[in-house]
Amino acid sequence: MPQNSAARPIRVGLFVTCLVDLMRPSVGFAAAKLLEDAGCRVDVPSQTCCGQPAFNSGDRANARAIAEKTIAAFERYDYVVAPSGSCAGQIKKHFPELFQGDPNLSQRAAALADKTYELVSFLVDVLGVTKVDAAFAGDVTYHDSCSGLRELGVKSQPRMLLSSIPGVNIVEMKENEVCCGFGGTFAVKYGDISDSIVSKKTENVTESGAHTLLAGDLGCLMNMAGKLHREGKSIEVRHVAEVLAGMTDAPPIGVPAEAAE
Amino acid sequence: MTAQPTSPQFKDNARHALDDAQLQKALGNVRQNFIDRRAAVAAKLPEFEGLRDSARDIKNHTLKNLDLYLERYEENVTKAGGQVHWARTAEEARQAVLDICARVGAKTVTKGKSMISEEIALNDAIEAAGMKAVETDLGEYIIQLRHEAPSHIIAPAVHLNASQIESDFRKHHTHLDPARDLSQPTQLLTEARMILREKFLAADVGITGANFLIAETGTSIIVTNEGNGDLTQTLPKVHIVIASIEKVVPTLEDASQILRVLARSATGQEMSVYTTFSTGPRRPTDVDGPEEYHVVLLDNGRSAMLGTEFEEMLRCIRCGACMNHCPVYHAVGGHAYGWVYPGPMGAVLTPTLIGVDKGGHLPNASTFCGRCESVCPVRIPLPKLMRHWREREFERHLSPATVRWGIGFWAFFAKRPALYRLATGVAMRGLAWLGKSTGRFKSLPLAAGWTDHRDFPAPQGATFQQQWKARRKGRSA
Ligand code: SF4
Repeated sequence: MPQNSAARPIRVGLFVTCLVDLMRPSVGFAAAKLLEDAGCRVDVPSQTCCGQPAFNSGDRANARAIAEKTIAAFERYDYVVAPSGSCAGQIKKHFPELFQGDPNLSQRAAALADKTYELVSFLVDVLGVTKVDAAFAGDVTYHDSCSGLRELGVKSQPRMLLSSIPGVNIVEMKENEVCCGFGGTFAVKYGDISDSIVSKKTENVTESGAHTLLAGDLGCLMNMAGKLHREGKSIEVRHVAEVLAGMTDAPPIGVPAEAAE
Repeated sequence: MTAQPTSPQFKDNARHALDDAQLQKALGNVRQNFIDRRAAVAAKLPEFEGLRDSARDIKNHTLKNLDLYLERYEENVTKAGGQVHWARTAEEARQAVLDICARVGAKTVTKGKSMISEEIALNDAIEAAGMKAVETDLGEYIIQLRHEAPSHIIAPAVHLNASQIESDFRKHHTHLDPARDLSQPTQLLTEARMILREKFLAADVGITGANFLIAETGTSIIVTNEGNGDLTQTLPKVHIVIASIEKVVPTLEDASQILRVLARSATGQEMSVYTTFSTGPRRPTDVDGPEEYHVVLLDNGRSAMLGTEFEEMLRCIRCGACMNHCPVYHAVGGHAYGWVYPGPMGAVLTPTLIGVDKGGHLPNASTFCGRCESVCPVRIPLPKLMRHWREREFERHLSPATVRWGIGFWAFFAKRPALYRLATGVAMRGLAWLGKSTGRFKSLPLAAGWTDHRDFPAPQGATFQQQWKARRKGRSA
């Protein structure tokens, strides 16, 4: 179905995710650019959140209510794409579970799940993108965020697109598939444990010698950036979409505008 | 030692564990040893993923017909000359064991490694009845010396470093030469073997657990790496198997299928060193074996899990892979979980056994990274089952008020996009302004759990939705 449409471009509803919407809009613009460069028509319908915080706190009623809004807002598109494995995973894997047995919504949830993708795997696996037009130089290391990796199989796609950028050198850190300790509300509720987990992560990041840390989920990135900063490390942290889109003019995560040259 | 769960104090337990340098060092070994070995051995077997499917299917089939297979199992145990004792509760199971021991006038009881024994706190009961209980698995023996509970379901002493074990041995084995060399792990093993040999011979009753109970033959199977199980069950006059009801599988063929994933998932071995089958007491033609053979079959809340959202947990074959791959377990170790079963499997199982009011922290203390599920040989969806506990807590208003309030507050906006855009638009601009010069916050109200340990990045400014709208307007104008 993709790309062969002389008739009309693929219409993508960009599910920007609440974290990107609120904390780091530049990731949303990078995602939109990547999708448009690949020939999609990008639309951003009015949206809030995938409902994961409620779902994972055991609040099914609110999780369902929020999911219902998301289904209604996005079902008209050919595809739904999110710059996050976690939020895309929520729609793809958990919306159908939320509406199991619901005569009206189970079908709609399943239909939405079928056409929902994480950004980078959508570019590669669905649109067949093999390289991006971007400039970035330096050693980068990539953290495989859990939901993207284990729920959606995001692993090779970001590495493939990153290596298509001439100046980028990927150096793998140890234990790149191990959780960073974010876990949504876990990071606040069990702060001590979360801290121990993220400390091991920043140790591996630092050991890799990379100058830039990338990942596909803003929650994990904020966690790792926050820890690196607290440790006084100068490693720059960015969402992978920013680098792939060549949109790295915004300062890295947690760095003030003045400090970034 | 396991009767009083400390699971309600999970957070304090975790804090202590994080501050314990010896423990942290030992946990580093878990991270290094188990994971690579499992990955290597799984990669060598092309049909490994298929075997996981069939292990899952065998277990599912058995659970759907559990009553049938348990009856068949009992029939065949009886036919082989053994006796099955049904125990609904931990108390009934303990009593069944004590009755047998009392009848034969037992003084010393040797034990192979058994988590069911821990679950029903059997050692305490045996000692309270005036008998001596001797653990024969090296790890169990060590923690028995230390009066500790196991911290891992297959490696009970994994929380200890060799130097700690050496000093325990010196403290307890006072009849041996104080100048002896114990610097090598093999020397520790040899010493333990020597001490345990004497106890094997003195034992009146041997108690083992079971990895499988075979319905078609009435056989029980245990796997060990030390061979202690064999001596425990063949030397004494009486052999008692204690096992929970979900250990039954229909046939020997089924067990051998599951064995192919068990050791690979657990220790990264293709097979454990010893796989020991026992069927009934010694027959006239046998050269050795016990005179009596008993099986104490424990329910302890398991049959109540059938037909519920927790039924899948009964597939568990106790391989330990989930905890070996768990970042939370790596951080705090097994004792922090506060009861017999740690790690992801414990986070699901413990609330069913001690109540979610006591075990509620455990299913909450997970990042849902999903690595446990990705390695579980019987494909138990552990994060999903933990989430079901969170749902039950939420329904019963057991979740902390701050969490309920926070989620409710946030959900109120998340359900109302227009209001959400308005409120977040204002809030993010405010926050961005506050964090403008530093780019991040060193502390934030209500988020101390985060900011005690790491900075919180400041937002960029106007929300994406605000900016997108403005840009699109600009474009079309
Ligand atoms: S839950 Fe799965 S991985 Fe964990 S011990 Fe049981 S069988 Fe092994």
